[in-house]
Amino acid sequence: METYAFVLLAVLAIATALGMILNKNTVNSALLLVLNLVSIAGIYLLLQAQFLALIQILVYAGAIMVLFLFVIMLLNIDEEENLFDKFRLKYLMAFLLGVVIFGQILYSLGGVTEMLPEISSEMIRVGTVEAIAEVFYTDYLFAFEMTAILLTAAVVGALMIAQYKVKITGDSE
Amino acid sequence: MIGIDWYLALSAILFTIGIIGVLIRRNAIVIFMCVELMLNAVNLSLISFSAYHGDISGQILVFFSLSVAAAEAVVGLAIIIAIFRNNLSVDITKVNLLRW
Repeated sequence: METYAFVLLAVLAIATALGMILNKNTVNSALLLVLNLVSIAGIYLLLQAQFLALIQILVYAGAIMVLFLFVIMLLNIDEEENLFDKFRLKYLMAFLLGVVIFGQILYSLGGVTEMLPEISSEMIRVGTVEAIAEVFYTDYLFAFEMTAILLTAAVVGALMIAQYKVKITGDSE
Repeated sequence: MIGIDWYLALSAILFTIGIIGVLIRRNAIVIFMCVELMLNAVNLSLISFSAYHGDISGQILVFFSLSVAAAEAVVGLAIIIAIFRNNLSVDITKVNLLRW
């Protein structure tokens, strides 16, 4: 049963990822990426990471992708015309580079196959909200608070970059 | 329970698709979405290691990676809007001020 679910979700994830990079329409790419993120969230559920599966759907598929769609709507982007008409050498090089990197990852993975862990007995209680919160608010409290500063800095920086006219106060007059 | 190598192989395939997408696309927003895809592939391998070791630290790391990805998406999209305002396009081949 679990194998069937994994195969279904993996095929869905790979197909939507391929569809995302091959689609000419930007909005369709964004929607395919949402489907890809949801299927990855399903794989997180198979790995007993319920909290992160929910966060993946809420933050990624909810917030970040809505931000992408808003930007696409604001910029009114045309479709990319000649996706596969010219630059054939460039596509070939990109594909070859991708194959080389994939081979490298698989090679390094194959080198450590006998060292990969078996299923752990503690895994049942890993990934629930209680288990994560217990570690979060004890061992990783400082890093958790730093996340708030990071997000605030990102919001302020985005406002500074994207605002229409940057007003320089001070010695301009 | 299937082995961990299947999850790692899926993560590698998604990462490679993200790399190829970054290399062949010219629309800055689609390139950005490919970067998000690569981040997700790495998150998947972290979670699978975390689950198979029975250690929660990997999932904590994925949480921080998610918040960094959110911050990165906000700043990156602001930069894309600024680029669009300057040359009315998000085609990265037309952003060639620093090219020789």
